[in-house]
Amino acid sequence: MHLNFGKTLFTSLAMATLLGTATLALPAQAATLRMAWAQDATGLDPHTQTAFSSLRLLELIYEPLVRLDAEYNVGPAIAKSWEFSSDGLTLTFKLDPNAKFSTGDAVTSADVKASFERLLDEATAAAARANFLSIKTIDTPDPQTVVFNLSQPDAPILIAMSGTNASIVPASAIADGTIGTKAVGSGPFKLDEWDPNVKEVLSANPNWAGGKVGVDGIIISVLPSESSIIDSMRANQIDFALFNDPTIATLIPGEPNMTLNRIPGLAYNVLQLNPARPPMDNVKVRQAISCAVNRQEIIDTALVGEGKVTGPLTMAAFASDPASLFCYKQDVEKAKALMAEAGLADGFSVNVIAATGEPPYAANEAQVLQSQLAAIGVKLTIQTMDLKVYVDTWLKGDFDMAVAQNGGRPDPYPMYNRYFTKDGNLIKVSNFVDPELDKLLQEGRVETDIAKRKPIFQQFEARLAEEAPWIWISSTVTYTANLGTVKGYEINPSGLLFSLSKVTVGE
Amino acid sequence: MNYLVQRLLTFPLVLLGVSLLVFFAIRLVPGDAIIAMLGTEAGLLTDAQRASLAAYFGLDQPVVIQYGRWLTGLFQGNLGISTTYGKPVLEVIIARFPLTIELALLSMVIALAVGVPAGVFAATRADRPSDLVVRLFAMLGQSTPSFVVGLVLIYLLSVNFHILPAMGSFTPLFVDPLGNLAQMILPSMTLGLAFAAAVTRIARSSMLDVLSEDYVRTARSKGASQRDVVWRHALPNALIPVVTLSGVEFGYLLGGAVIVEQIYALPGLGRLTLDAISQRDYALVQGAVLFIAFNFLVVNLLVDLAYAALDPRIRLGGK
Repeated sequence: MHLNFGKTLFTSLAMATLLGTATLALPAQAATLRMAWAQDATGLDPHTQTAFSSLRLLELIYEPLVRLDAEYNVGPAIAKSWEFSSDGLTLTFKLDPNAKFSTGDAVTSADVKASFERLLDEATAAAARANFLSIKTIDTPDPQTVVFNLSQPDAPILIAMSGTNASIVPASAIADGTIGTKAVGSGPFKLDEWDPNVKEVLSANPNWAGGKVGVDGIIISVLPSESSIIDSMRANQIDFALFNDPTIATLIPGEPNMTLNRIPGLAYNVLQLNPARPPMDNVKVRQAISCAVNRQEIIDTALVGEGKVTGPLTMAAFASDPASLFCYKQDVEKAKALMAEAGLADGFSVNVIAATGEPPYAANEAQVLQSQLAAIGVKLTIQTMDLKVYVDTWLKGDFDMAVAQNGGRPDPYPMYNRYFTKDGNLIKVSNFVDPELDKLLQEGRVETDIAKRKPIFQQFEARLAEEAPWIWISSTVTYTANLGTVKGYEINPSGLLFSLSKVTVGE
Repeated sequence: MNYLVQRLLTFPLVLLGVSLLVFFAIRLVPGDAIIAMLGTEAGLLTDAQRASLAAYFGLDQPVVIQYGRWLTGLFQGNLGISTTYGKPVLEVIIARFPLTIELALLSMVIALAVGVPAGVFAATRADRPSDLVVRLFAMLGQSTPSFVVGLVLIYLLSVNFHILPAMGSFTPLFVDPLGNLAQMILPSMTLGLAFAAAVTRIARSSMLDVLSEDYVRTARSKGASQRDVVWRHALPNALIPVVTLSGVEFGYLLGGAVIVEQIYALPGLGRLTLDAISQRDYALVQGAVLFIAFNFLVVNLLVDLAYAALDPRIRLGGK
């Protein structure tokens, strides 16, 4: 008797298919949202986590004092109302009396005070601490009232308080030192289980002040890639997912039963020049590079048409028309003339660094830039590196040029003070100090009248584009996708997943 | 000295070497746990903030002192705390190990169940068309990388049939055996079929050698049937190289099948180690690599012992 090789193979295949179908026949838990992403959260402490996925997870569990809506207007969250004093030196919040943590304990002014004191304590290592340095003292006249006393008027502080990094945590958890191990917040969901890089299990928080949550819970699976997420959605195993890669996300509209949601982001794609290194120390060389670049072409090719040409400011409330900025229309002749004025008519060679996979199109962007800059004799050598190696190199400012995607803020001051003020903590990355830019940012920071802030920041933007320490290219798009059975998802660019609290899953 | 004792005595030395290599190699990679957690925002930390995080991640001491500390802990059975999981490293590894063992066993079963009969079949029909077909498949199987096989399987199932073993929410064997098997069968086949190809080739050539030996001819001349000659007289001896090959392969598989675990989103040892490297979770990388090395040593020792048991002519220890 000889075992038949072909038969064995066939039997195994048939068994695999049968078993595969068997799991699918099991009844689906209708009221649990099955979600997926390719990059897992990196931790649970809302004050120290900055990774995209961590913030998305934690915004389901924790709440800040205030929350931004789709137009970046400040709205209520734990606080019902708020008011700046006329001199701009005190900011008073009235808390929602119904706000409760998932343990059932009320959120009080003592929790708010303890949370901000933790944020400001250097030992916490809170990345957002820099945004709250104007807080001098915090008073709690009663359990529902919190008064922040500021050392100087600080218009952007309210927006900074809307971030997940300014979440309110229980004072008792701070005292126990359990933040980061147990996630106890006042948001729509509570975390039942976290197996890093595998899955998160969330259930609806019955104590949430926002009302009844539409699903029983959420299971977030960490899948190996965004294309495997699409596979799982096709197989009806995932209801809702996050996507970052436009080349993958733009496939979704062709899939039956799947909807793609586009969310314009505040982050921006940029070619950072290093003005500390010659010849980029010469403003004419930097301007030549800016003129030689065709921004729309980069979007059309490297970014498969996703995103818009942008100047330094990506928020609609402050941004100028990009066409009004210096050399935003490609002008190779002007670029060549500028190179000649700088004494570099023959061009020069430089390295440009790009991270692999972050953003997913970084290498493509670098290649398009390489071909565009070749027209004026600038020869780019592209160096791609692992993200952590890239970040390490980037933070040291150890590059000629860098293809980067930098995060944005709804307010220009916290977005750029880190790079372009003389005390900015990322000055080593930008290597660019300009007294005019410094002055404009400070003016914009203390001005509380929105109508007066806008022209100040537009001046800042125009100056930045003309000095061209960096070449701003395009705004970004973040994507979510859902099956037809998921109803009620609303786009919110700042609290991307917050509206999952209202979503329902049906047949 | 007893061969077994001799071998066991080399274990600590090998492990010490491995630990030195991995400890310093992972620290040579730029970017530390702080950067892995904060990304570019790490640049916003003040000196005091950075110092506080460095102390938390155990990066505040010179590397040599860190190694000394870690080694001392090791002798007390303490592999350190994983910064990603906030749990003891050993606990994290043990939690992932059953899946890795299961995947290794299942793919070995598939590889042997397919490879040995196929090899024997080909050997008994040497140089006839059916032999050539088996050899062709074996060559294809061995030269196609597992990620290609895995991705093609996933693509076919998801696009054409809209089915796929559930990815991302792993069902442990003891919770739901059927559901678990449904998830494991494709990854096991992806790994197993490639290895089956190698087994086929080894089984075929070693079978051919054995079939030409004198004692086989004697068996034939004494009137043993073809079936008896092949399966009873020749196969046990022909299996010795297969055992060696399988042992080495099994040792590798216990280290986690990184690519297959990644493709099928299985939470095994390979993916754990990969994620730990990418998050610069030093303690976890060190612990996992040491654990894998230890398994490899044990499996290899067992293979050598099995080798001696299968062939009484082999005397271990060179005496």
